[in-house]
Amino acid sequence: MTVMEQRGAYRPTPPPAWQPRTDPAPLLPDALPHRVLGTEAAAQVDPGLLRRLYAELVCGRRYNAQATALTKQGRLAVYPSSTGQEACEVAAALVLEERDWLFPSYRDTLAAVARGLDPVQALTLLRGDWHTGYDPHEHRIAPLCTPLATQLPHAVGLAHAARLKGDDVVALALVGDGGTSEGDFHEALNFAAVWQAPVVFLVQNNGFAISVPLAKQTAAPSLAHKAVGYGMPGRLVDGNDAAAVHEVLSDAVRHARAGGGPTLVEAVTYRMEAHTNADDATRYRGDSEVETWRAHDPIALLEHELTERGLLDDDGIREAREAAETMAADLRARMNQDPVLDPMDLFAHVYAEPTPQLREQEAQLRAELAAEAEAETEGTAR
Amino acid sequence: MTTVALKPATMAQALTRGLRDAMAADPTVHVMGEDVGTLGGVFRVTDGLAKEFGEDRCTDTPLAEAGILGTAVGMAMYGLRPVVEMQFDAFAYPAFEQLISHVARMRNRTRGAMPLPITIRVPYGGGIGGVEHHSDSSEAYYMATPGLHVVTPATVADAYGLLRAAIASDDPVVFLEPKRLYWSKDSWNPDEPPAVEPIGRAVVRRPGRSATLITYGPSVPVCLEAAEAARAEGWDLEVVDLRSLVPFDDETVAASVRRTGRAVVVHEAGGYGGPGGEIAARVTERCFHHLEAPVLRVAGFDIPYPPPMLERHHLPGVDRILDAVGRLQWEADS
Ligand SMILES: Cc1ncc(C[n+]2csc(CCOP(=O)(O)OP(=O)(O)O)c2C)c(N)n1
Repeated sequence: MTVMEQRGAYRPTPPPAWQPRTDPAPLLPDALPHRVLGTEAAAQVDPGLLRRLYAELVCGRRYNAQATALTKQGRLAVYPSSTGQEACEVAAALVLEERDWLFPSYRDTLAAVARGLDPVQALTLLRGDWHTGYDPHEHRIAPLCTPLATQLPHAVGLAHAARLKGDDVVALALVGDGGTSEGDFHEALNFAAVWQAPVVFLVQNNGFAISVPLAKQTAAPSLAHKAVGYGMPGRLVDGNDAAAVHEVLSDAVRHARAGGGPTLVEAVTYRMEAHTNADDATRYRGDSEVETWRAHDPIALLEHELTERGLLDDDGIREAREAAETMAADLRARMNQDPVLDPMDLFAHVYAEPTPQLREQEAQLRAELAAEAEAETEGTAR
Repeated sequence: MTTVALKPATMAQALTRGLRDAMAADPTVHVMGEDVGTLGGVFRVTDGLAKEFGEDRCTDTPLAEAGILGTAVGMAMYGLRPVVEMQFDAFAYPAFEQLISHVARMRNRTRGAMPLPITIRVPYGGGIGGVEHHSDSSEAYYMATPGLHVVTPATVADAYGLLRAAIASDDPVVFLEPKRLYWSKDSWNPDEPPAVEPIGRAVVRRPGRSATLITYGPSVPVCLEAAEAARAEGWDLEVVDLRSLVPFDDETVAASVRRTGRAVVVHEAGGYGGPGGEIAARVTERCFHHLEAPVLRVAGFDIPYPPPMLERHHLPGVDRILDAVGRLQWEADS
């Protein structure tokens, strides 16, 4: 029999009956971003929470302005402002319990500060005196870091480990819209879903990755839609509506803590400033677009809600602004002091025990420093 | 006097035993990777661990190297000691970003607040007739990354001892397993596995007087064979097995070369930009006045690892080593 004849004789058996593993419908995000402020649902939100969110938003915006000013004075190497995105930053910090972990990306200084991190320590990376300015275990905030999306698998691993140990800890990981194109985003979401790890992924879709708009980043209907392919729910929320972000993240955190597994949340927001102080945003976007978003400002939205309902008056607004000024003045004063650096630290933390090679190099630098110091004293003696 | 019944064990079995003993001794040790659970790994090094310790401690992960290492980082942050298996040398490359950007520097960037005790097991090197991407010697990449320890055993006893030391280390260790030695055998006492060697010590495998062969991993047995063959030529070769590429044991290596006055570095990774250049430079810096000849290198060719039917031409063998040894009779005007 020839090969063709054999092929002709081949009768494929039908595949075993296909059973869908899960119904994707409940995982799909709503068509429109979830909103609370300005809707009837706002009345259900605890006024104390609204006031707290407001105070943090005002403080956060002032922090961004102060840090940006510090770059102009040469006190910071670079600052990626999150102005316009404060609602996401603050809600991310406030939904977590003390035992939970926050995994920020490089733009999320504000979330770290809102979680309780010293504002100066939060800027160490950007000032350049060290890479991470704090002990991550102290506030359970992973190091702010610049490679995009690499922190996402860390969040999954930590949440998984916590669950293995029997702790009801949740990890909340932040990433930008550009970061969702990285392979680590995919791998992290897939691991999280397979392991049912208690993780919440929050994508801050601020419209751009430096200059590249979302349309050139993805062809997906929304970034939240990506969740369905991994087998986790995707949620879409108005990222400028602090109450809505807080509600959606709270639900996701509760779901994760109860053993329900991960959620992908996309917050639709906008970056009002340039990518960093070094960027020229006029090259890739027009003023009218920015103005449209200015009319949807997160602080104004919340302020309107609070004043409408009599939860905030002029005194309250002034109080919030004064608190923010005090924070900014303190930040300014402390950032204007030169950090004291010890060059020998270069060798202190490479390994638990320095290698013989590092010990040699350490001795070399010590001798160089001693010679430098000697030259200096001779100089002053003369 | 009691006689101990020695039993033969392969390097793969010694590694399995090392993992098992480490897991039994420390409940925070977790093994993870592709096919490490039910199958026991494609080289069977994790054989039986999932059964003995459960799937939470010996975990079949999704097929994603960056994800495996990236989640291991988070697990280590929370107090676990992950032992990660990369299935083959060239398949570890997707994980390089996690390795270089996070694993190697987390201790440093957090000023010591967040050490990562992760062991990354990588079967490496050729000589087993593997198809493309199954035979790379990637040690130079790891050596060039500060913050990582890089070790590679050449004997059954060292496989056990170094693995236990790697898992116990508070720093990340890239543990390179010479594939072609997985089935090499030695006799040991199963009731009392070999003592755990500290990482960072080289060992003289064979003492000699006329020249030193500096080598590691899969090239150690080749060098020992060359040393035997060289006796016929009147050469008495010393063979130094580095065992640890980072940290590097300058002391043992320099002491040997000062004794013999001549040295050849042997490895199967490519020579250009390879480990041998670094080692030769270190030896020259320390032993210049003792050297009777330049430090020579016998390495793989500077080519992508060849197809299996040609690999014997690429791998440094006894003849190429003997040839180099012959060239050590160096004369200034030659
Ligand atoms: C792996 C990696 N590639 C490139 C960069 C350079 N880079 C820094 S920020 C950025 C854009 C990030 O955009 P997005 O993820 O949307 O976050 P956003 O800046 O909007 O907060 C790029 C390309 C980087 N930091 N990491």
